[in-house]
Order: sequence, then structure tokens, then C-alpha cells
Amino acid sequence: MNGAPAVKVTYREAVRAAMREAMQRDARVFLMGEDVGRYGGTYACSLGLLDEFGPERVRDTPLSEGAFVGVGIGAAIGGMRPIVEIMTVNFSLLALDQILNNAATLRHMSGGQVGVPLVLRMATGAGRQVAAQHSHSLENYYAHIPGLKVLAPATVEDARGMLWTALLDPDPVILFEHATLYGTEGELAEDAGAVPIDRAAVRRAGRDVTVVGYGGTVAKALEAARMLAERGIDAEVIDLRTLRPLDDETLVASVRKTRRAVLVDEGWKTGSLAGEICARLVERAFYDLDAPIARVCTEEVPIPYPKHLEDAALPQPGRIVEAVLATVGGRG
Amino acid sequence: MPSLGADMDAGTLVEWHVAAGDAVKRGDIVAVVETDKGLVDIEIWESGVVDALLVAPGSKVPVGTLLATTRTDGARAQAAQPPVLPPPPRPPLRPMASPAAKQLARERGVDLAAVHGTGPHGAITRADVEHVTPSPAPPPEKAEARRERVEEVETPREPRPAVLDATAMRRAIAASMARSKREIPHYYLSADIDLSRSTAWLEAENARRPVEERLLLAALLLKATALAARAVPEVNGFFVDGVFRPSSAVHLGVAVSLRQGGLVAPAIHDVDARTVVEVQASLRDLVGRVRTGRLRSSEMSDPTLTVTNLGEQGVAAVFGVIYPPQVALVGLGKPLERPWASGGMLGVRPVVTATISADHRVSDGHRGALFLAALDGWMQKPEAL
Repeated sequence: MNGAPAVKVTYREAVRAAMREAMQRDARVFLMGEDVGRYGGTYACSLGLLDEFGPERVRDTPLSEGAFVGVGIGAAIGGMRPIVEIMTVNFSLLALDQILNNAATLRHMSGGQVGVPLVLRMATGAGRQVAAQHSHSLENYYAHIPGLKVLAPATVEDARGMLWTALLDPDPVILFEHATLYGTEGELAEDAGAVPIDRAAVRRAGRDVTVVGYGGTVAKALEAARMLAERGIDAEVIDLRTLRPLDDETLVASVRKTRRAVLVDEGWKTGSLAGEICARLVERAFYDLDAPIARVCTEEVPIPYPKHLEDAALPQPGRIVEAVLATVGGRG
Repeated sequence: MPSLGADMDAGTLVEWHVAAGDAVKRGDIVAVVETDKGLVDIEIWESGVVDALLVAPGSKVPVGTLLATTRTDGARAQAAQPPVLPPPPRPPLRPMASPAAKQLARERGVDLAAVHGTGPHGAITRADVEHVTPSPAPPPEKAEARRERVEEVETPREPRPAVLDATAMRRAIAASMARSKREIPHYYLSADIDLSRSTAWLEAENARRPVEERLLLAALLLKATALAARAVPEVNGFFVDGVFRPSSAVHLGVAVSLRQGGLVAPAIHDVDARTVVEVQASLRDLVGRVRTGRLRSSEMSDPTLTVTNLGEQGVAAVFGVIYPPQVALVGLGKPLERPWASGGMLGVRPVVTATISADHRVSDGHRGALFLAALDGWMQKPEAL
């Protein structure tokens, strides 16, 4: 930190501050999406921005993800720097054709002539009892696609700082905001600004096991680490921050140190990002491993509506602790 | 009758070390078998009580023949012989060990079967291997030559846990061989030696000897090597502190591989001054005791020249690495019948390829060649050995 006084802000306020700063700094930046204007955003991230920047730069769109993401791509090709908000990742599938076949592909297909400097923001994840069609974690769908960068801010610093760095990128960037994070509070320096988007972060240093999370699971991993510390197990917690490209160096360096890894992922286990990370660790750190790599993922069901079932389906600190204990074995 | 080599069809039971009613335990030497390649101690792979000896001494029987039966505690009669193929040295289940533990165990020569696992499901972790071998090997530069030698040779004598034996031995071999290749400018020569006279002499000699006193080609080769070394002293002695110190005695180190891996090269003393019969007795005694880990310290000190014989493994020629501070190593391959031109005629003769790896700081190829020629010369007059 640079010594500037820190203030308590919510994740939502940090996202809003980032958008406000971006629109102040660059006249090409505008926000577009469902209910982002008069309603102030489904998650109230853009509350007040319509009054501040006017309807030209804060635009409500029809309920047609394919259309407004396509408009955003066109605007980006035309020289603008659009921020397009999609209400949840579930709905983004309607725009997947635009994202994969146009945004991610045009630079390649035009021989480098046409870039798409688009920033997509969308909520993801479960935990708010909004049932299966609003709760899934499909970040891995996008992390699969070459041509995209995929970010998952888990802290107020990253919510505040990743957007500007994403807008500077000449290619499409997707930010996944876990819906349970919007109301969370964190300390943020008053002069906080842009942050790098190419490195994972060690949120807690530890010796005995590496616990990897991102977005909504970072806080759960840190809570698990706190519970483990009471049992004498020193867990290192890594926040991926960037889901594509993955920061292999940070992951491998940590596992070389701890020799054990537990991967926490709110996606379903089959075909998950956790599976990809597991494969990379095996490829690059096999001879450093002292235990099988464990994954704590969401049960392979549509996210249930009842709270007890939703809680049971998702990775929780208790499940992370169990996985770590099994990984650490007799020494714990 | 166990198969003691891929090409062995039959063996002669020379003697029994046990009788019916004797208690035996796994690893005991119960019999001696003579094969084409020499006398071999036969170990038993089951503990129990000898029930019956089924093959009389002096009988030649095919591989696979039941030699004896034993009773285990359950009074079940069992074949005493080992399986036809040499059994694996480990229990059938691999110990569960993490990749990191396996890697470290490989680096340090640790046998994982002897490591207690504390990881998930009792798996062996890296820390468990470190617990067994707390510190890595010292850099070879810092180890004195003599200390390396002592470290290696002490290992099989001391009844330490097997895991430490293998580790220390591998480490000592690594240090010694790395030093050799780093410091010694090796040169290598080979010569094919006609063994027809030697084998003919052996046949005639053995025909009038009782089985247990029969002579083996290996003993002749050792004696001839010692006499050749006496003739070419530049291959016999030590290079210490930049100076070659020839040895007046010829103590031949005989490289013997161990079943658990690794090797030792204990000395047969004054081979040049002994009879072939004495050399053979020493060799047989030595090999038996190496395999059972009962070497005498005198044998482990100061071989002046080492001989390695990989003929039993079917190797045609071996170019070895000199064992510092020695200055040469003699390699013997498998005696084979080969086409051999002599006096304008082509015939089939038993031939062995003898090699010498020698230290160019001490001798030149010319002297090495003289050594091989002297070895050849002695093998042509076995009666004089």
C-alpha cells in the first residue's frame, strides 16, 4: 500500500467507483446493459451514474443479450470502449455466439486488423436463493476460449482496480463478479486505482498446503485456513484473480513449497477450472507433490432453491477443511 | 533347481548345507550348485523346517526340478526351491509413496519398502524419506578418497537397516565414480584372448579332481591378471597427491554386485603369490560372504587393482570406471566360442575379451597394451599359473 488512508467500502461501491473513474478519464467509455440506467443496475452497481453521465453513456437495453453484446462488439470495433453488463452468467449464454464467434475471434480472422476492446461485466455464482437459472458458475466456459481474458475480482481492491486495466486491453475482457460479494466490505485506500490483471495473488502465506480459490470461494478458503490454523495446519491461500490466462508460475511455486493442493471451485467438478489447474500442476509439479490433488467443487446438480440444499451443494469452509485434512494425512 | 541365468538349462547340486529337520529361514544358503559359470550359493526363499532333500549331491538336474521340500508352521510341505525366475526383491505390493517422496528416494537411493509413511492413507511423503536420510550426500570434492572407500566398504559389514546400507553405498559409489570421471583421464584398450589352452588344461585338471576342488576359469584369469600386473607395475598401485605409488604386492579387488543393488570390490590378497587353487578358494569364499554381508575388514582395504567380470551377465566386453585412487581397472567379458584364425586356419575357439581402463597420468597406451599382452601370454600357459 502507498500509505494513503484506507476507508471501508463495499464491493458494489468499488465497482461503481471504477466505472465512474473510467467514464471520467476516457470519453470513449460507456456502460450498457439491462436496467443499468434508471434502475441503477440489478445489483445497484451503477446507481447514480445515469444522472452523472447522462443517457448517452449509461444506456438501458432491451432484454436481449445477443443484441446488446453484439452492439457492444460493434462499438468496440468502431473505436469506443464499451462496458457491457450482463445480469448473470446464466443469461450470457444467449450472447455466447457473439462472444465466442465475434469478440474472441475477429482479431484472428482479420489478420490482426480488427480488435474488439470490449469489457463484459457479469454476476456469477450462487448463495442467494435465486435458484438454478440465476446461480451457476460458468466461468470455465469463457476461460476455455482463446482470444478472451477472464478476470474474477474477489476483493474490493480488485473490484476497484481491474476494470481500468481491462479497458486498456486491446482485446475482449470478461469480469466475473460473484453476486454474494457485492454487499461485502473491505478496506480500500482512498487513492486506490488500476491493478495488474496478469498475476494470481497469495492472500495468505502458508507452509503445509496450497488452497486455491477465486471470486466467491476466496473468502471461504481463507475461513478454512483460519479453522485449519487452529489445528496446527498452515494453509497458503491463492486467489487466482485471472482465470485466463492462468498464472501457472504462482501456482507451481506455491505447490513446490507446500507439496499439496486443494482446489476450490464453485463450478461443477466435471470439466471444471479446478480440473484444468489440477492438470497443470501435475504437468509441471508432479515430482513435488506429496499427496493427490483434491478438488472441492459444487455438487453436480442444478443449484437448488432451498437454503439448506443450496448450502449443501456449494463448496463450504468445512468441506475445504476436510479435503485439506485428507490431503495432509497423518501429519495433521 | 533355480534358473541362474537365461541360458541355464541344468545344474549340478554340489552340496547341501542343510539336512532334513533343520530349521531354515528366508535368505539362508541351503545348497551349492555348479553351473557352466561356476559355483553358486542357493538361498531359500521360505522360512520353515527342511522336510526332505530330494536330489543327491553330484546329480545334474534340469532347471525346475524339485530339490527339496520344507514345512512351514502350518505343516504344509512346500518346494524349497526358489521360483524358476529370480523372485523380485520386494514384497509384491508397492509401497504407496507420493511423487515427491519417490523422487527424493531415487536421489538418495532409499528403498521405500523400509520407510514408514505418515501421509494420506499411510502414504510415504517426502518428509518421511527425509526422516530416514536426514542430510544429502556431502559434495564429493570434500570427501577424501580413502574416506569414500571406507564408507563404501563398511556398509555391508555393519548390521544397519537395509535402507541405510543402500543409501550410503549408492552415495559412496556416486562420489567415487564421479570423482574418477572428473579427475582421471581414462584410456581404454581391449584384446581378445584365445582360451583354448586354458580350458583344455582346466578340463584335464578337473577330470582328476573331486567336484568340490574343481578349478574355474575365473580363478585362472585372476591369477594371470595378477602376474601381468606384476610385469607392468604402472597399472598396480595408487595415485595420491599427484604422485603414482606403485604397489609391490598385487591385491586384486573383485567387483561383486549385491542383490539389493550396489557393489563392493573386496580384495584377494597377494594373488600373484598364491596358487590357482588358493585363489579359487579365496574367490568362492569372498563371493559367498559378500552376498551374505560377512566381509572382513582386511579384504576391504587397499585393493591395488580391480577386476570386474560381467561375463555371467552375458556382456561381451566391459570398459570400467577406475576406482580412485587405483590407476587401472581390468574388465572381463563372457567367454564365447568364436571363429578364430590361427596359422592360416579358421577354427572355433573359446575367446574372452579382456579390457583395461587405465589412468593416462600414470601410464600410456603402450604400457596398457603390454599388460593385456602379458595377460594373454599367461592364459596360453595355464600350467605355469
